[in-house]
Amino acid sequence: MELSEHIKTANVEDVTLRRPFHPALRGTLCVTSHHLLFSNRKDEASWQLLILLKNIDAIEKRAVGSSGTITIKCKDLLVLQLEIPGMEECLNIASSIEALSSLESVTEMYPFFYRPSHLTLLGPWGLSTTEQYYKQTERLWDRWRVSKVNSDYSVCPSYPSAVIVPREVDDDKLIRSARFRQGGRFPVLSYCHHSNGMVIMRSSQPLTGANKKRCKEDELLLQAVIDGSELGYIIDLRSAQQAQQARMTGGGFESKSCYRHWKRIHRHHERGKVVQESLIKLVEACSDLSHSVDRWLSKLENSKWLSHVHSALSTAGLVVECVERDGHSVLVHGSEGTDNTLLVSSLAQIILDPASRTVTGFLCLLEREWIQAGHPFQQRCAHSAYSHARLKQECPSFLLLLDCVWQVWRQFPLALEFSEALLLRLAQEVYASNYGTFLCNSEQERCAAGVKENTHCLFQSMLKPDIEEQYLNPLYEPTDLAIWPSVHPQSLQLWTGMFLRWTEYAQNMEEAREEVWSIVKEHRERV
Amino acid sequence: MEHIRTPKVENVHMIDRLTPRKSTAGTLYLSSTHTIFVENSEARKETWVLHSLVYNVERLPTNPSGSPLLIRCKNFHVYRLLIPQEKDCLDVLASLTRLSRPECYGELFCFSFNPNLDKELREKAWGFIDLKAEFSRMGIPSNLWHVTAANHEYRLCETYPSELFVPKSAFPAVIVGSAKFRSRGRLPVLSYFHRDTSASICRSSQPLSGFSARSADDEQMLHAIMKSNPVSELMYVVDTRPKLNAMANRATGKGYENEDHYTNIKLQFVGIENIHVMRSSQQKLVDVGELPAPSMSDFLWGLENSGWLKHIKAVLDAGVFIAKAVAEDGVSVLVHCSDGWDRTAQACSLASVLLDPYYRTIKGLMVLIEKDWVSFGHKFSHRYAHLDGDPKEVSPVMDQFLECVWQLMQQFPCAFEFNERFLIQLHTHIYSCQYGNFIGNCQKERRDLRLQERTHSLWPHLWENRAEYTNPLYRTDHSQTQGVLKPLTTAYCFKFWKGMYGHADKSVASHQSPADCLNAVREESQQLEEELSAHQERLAQLKEKKTSGGRKKTNKLSERVRRPIPIESKLSSPLDYFTATRSEKHSPSFTLPLELAAPPKNGDPDDLSTCSDFESGVADLSSHSSSAGDDTKDHDSDEAVKSNT
Repeated sequence: MELSEHIKTANVEDVTLRRPFHPALRGTLCVTSHHLLFSNRKDEASWQLLILLKNIDAIEKRAVGSSGTITIKCKDLLVLQLEIPGMEECLNIASSIEALSSLESVTEMYPFFYRPSHLTLLGPWGLSTTEQYYKQTERLWDRWRVSKVNSDYSVCPSYPSAVIVPREVDDDKLIRSARFRQGGRFPVLSYCHHSNGMVIMRSSQPLTGANKKRCKEDELLLQAVIDGSELGYIIDLRSAQQAQQARMTGGGFESKSCYRHWKRIHRHHERGKVVQESLIKLVEACSDLSHSVDRWLSKLENSKWLSHVHSALSTAGLVVECVERDGHSVLVHGSEGTDNTLLVSSLAQIILDPASRTVTGFLCLLEREWIQAGHPFQQRCAHSAYSHARLKQECPSFLLLLDCVWQVWRQFPLALEFSEALLLRLAQEVYASNYGTFLCNSEQERCAAGVKENTHCLFQSMLKPDIEEQYLNPLYEPTDLAIWPSVHPQSLQLWTGMFLRWTEYAQNMEEAREEVWSIVKEHRERV
Repeated sequence: MEHIRTPKVENVHMIDRLTPRKSTAGTLYLSSTHTIFVENSEARKETWVLHSLVYNVERLPTNPSGSPLLIRCKNFHVYRLLIPQEKDCLDVLASLTRLSRPECYGELFCFSFNPNLDKELREKAWGFIDLKAEFSRMGIPSNLWHVTAANHEYRLCETYPSELFVPKSAFPAVIVGSAKFRSRGRLPVLSYFHRDTSASICRSSQPLSGFSARSADDEQMLHAIMKSNPVSELMYVVDTRPKLNAMANRATGKGYENEDHYTNIKLQFVGIENIHVMRSSQQKLVDVGELPAPSMSDFLWGLENSGWLKHIKAVLDAGVFIAKAVAEDGVSVLVHCSDGWDRTAQACSLASVLLDPYYRTIKGLMVLIEKDWVSFGHKFSHRYAHLDGDPKEVSPVMDQFLECVWQLMQQFPCAFEFNERFLIQLHTHIYSCQYGNFIGNCQKERRDLRLQERTHSLWPHLWENRAEYTNPLYRTDHSQTQGVLKPLTTAYCFKFWKGMYGHADKSVASHQSPADCLNAVREESQQLEEELSAHQERLAQLKEKKTSGGRKKTNKLSERVRRPIPIESKLSSPLDYFTATRSEKHSPSFTLPLELAAPPKNGDPDDLSTCSDFESGVADLSSHSSSAGDDTKDHDSDEAVKSNT
């Protein structure tokens, strides 16, 4: 079925648009295959609002006499109202939005049609590859190698074609280790600490099962990671009890007797549906302006969102403590190794590694640790906080990461090269984008769909000098030290820039940001 | 002096609760004014705690390593000491308990504090804030308002200032009659006049109306106030109490205005709870900060349960209501509560902050506090427990006002000339008794104590250090600076004030301050500007010379040395044990003695992670923590220590 067949009414005149804190506007509404376009051409100057249909999380329709009202709730948390004269038009528009906002075929999505004149599809896609990362990291050359064992994605469908592993472990051993790990996600290198050479590894859970199966190659692989040093730490992102229970369904954990030089620490993290529901509750709490302070605090607490932020930052701090302070290597995993694992390992890198605190470094980190590492973006970000659709695999792991990074930025306003604007942009792009960067669930899928050949890369476009500037932190003063965030509850705050983005509250903050910029610019001109 | 049993205890440990390995060993000294902890480390870092800032001292059960002593301060700092000998601990406890509860004004620190100002300067300092000038800034006296001598020698109302501003149309008999009909004689008088609309904010105590009493004089007084705003035919009476409380007061012959008896008044209750509710709410809030290892839920639940932010919202709501009436409706407002010295002061001063940009400047806030709080008889010595007295009189009224201002600063980052540090400093000095400004409960009492002759004024001291208290984002021509502030009072706008309540443990430090960085940038810019103009001047001179003969090369401009922004140095100062020992560049002052620190080198990370906070490679900006400002470290106090040792 052609996309255009979903459109029964393409144009409606005399539509009234209502947005928070703006006067109502009258204009023309258009539905295209990928966009909702509202244009108001009253005076000389025309004003347009273009919304990607994919950005629409939920719509509600209501009939008022002969006309209808559609409430549009976007994944970036904006809520709009359209008053459409004519009930039939209203219903047609609504059904088009419903159908076109939930396309499942990747190649039908807008990034495959986005062709701005200033970008070209030729040239490299993405910022870096595993091989390039390896080449840049001299620390690795001695004891580590790039393995192409997964070049046809048969060993681990969610891993990239190239991964970094200990030099002394050959590909056959990797294949066997992969069979012993859920989804084939065998332990691979995530980060190597510049000052002491200690590493952060990540994987999925081992498939020990109820019979306490072992895998010699997996044990050897981990042994090779610590290479003669006394101890490594396994940070298991489940409670000890959950890890025990996982054995009943074929999963499990690394037992002390089999992995003698590894010490296991359990840290409970919520996952999947629970986190998604937290987001829904939080957004709901933020959108009711009539709450008393007590009710607001109780809803904020009840959403548990800040508790997830708290656990993620605490565990990342624990990883950093092991690596930086104690000088031990760490393996991080939960069950599947595609959500909390990536969250914790990438947060730890931001705390530890000054290179990942620059704009380029941060985007590279996201590319390596989230996109190439196989975070299933398409499944996780299918819906956001407003959707009434039954939850399937949605989980705002990536949004949680951005929130945690924001908390770090707030506590260390000088240490990151990028500003809140970058985080907000990413929070928006991950749900609906013109670019192909967040499409699909793995590199394998992206290859099959031809994402690299047929879409533009978000990160590259963000790094264009004229665009990058808006994401810079005017106060940036790089530091080589680890930036340990305080995880005391009173040090963590609601990310107002995100969750109160469309309120009056954001306006004054924006003015303050501009003021900071103007002071710094004035200063730079003088220097 | 006679209260100090043991002036010096050695081998005392200052415990950091969250990160025990940051604890330090040192010597504890007791002087007549301060408790001083001097670290054994080479830097001899000193921590000074003013006795008058001590809220309470608690001894915890003795354990094998010694007797723990907890010193809680009125500015919410908590110091945990471990004293080796139980006897010493008991001595310190007894001394501190007595010293922190002065029994008469003469014992207060302000009477012995001597910053070496000569007499003339001291007198000049007391004239720094001039309330007459403030009223004339508002345009008062005018053809409608004038000063009355009715309260000369505090004849009419003991707790009011001697000079009162009232409507010209109110005859002396009306003034006297109205005072008689108001609780403690606190009659309706002018607090703030809004030039743009001619509407005013007046204040009083509750009327003695009971169930049916009325006073023609009081009714005339209110009518006169309404008439002093020529364009309006209406006046609001804002009773800041919950309606139920106001009604209950009628049974004791007090209460609120009957709308039928007064012409064209509209009565509005705004529901700020009384001082007892606020006291216990703040205590609960402080307890939340002291929870040993709270989860996010514990913290949020505790915050909710304290009700503190709810009360802050109520106070701000009152201010917003009044400001809106005055600025938007152009209607005058009479504000009262019961006695008119707590909630009334809060509501009037907050409304003024919202209405008038002047009160959002450093000097302006001083003036406002002097006017609405000090002169109108807010009972500082009772509310902030300057003397050992009735604990039921103690309540964080001023704390709430300062917090409301802080909450506004969060919403309008560019609107205030001062920064958070200024508010915290004010808060400390309201409790510290170091300066004479806040001693006593009303103007008359302060006059009788001859405070201006015997103590120093805080204001000029703050003013001299204003660079430290300046908000770099403040610009006089910024849109947020202009006109009336219209804050949101949606529940989610109210935040926990970490800078005030967040230092139950010193390790929960503010990490990096963008404001400090910006100030540094600003300062540097300014310096460059000055240099530039100096160079230009020189250039011009040289050019003159050149024309007159001699030819000199000027490349001075390129010799300019870029003064580094002092951020990196802050970043690299080690709080962190391991960073400190690894790199040589760090000063040894923070390196902890090994036997104390118990570094978890080969330990179990499980241990490490039980502490709910990770400290940073970033230094605590407030590491020179003296709890009553820097001036406590003057020579006088130093000598006091020596004489004790």
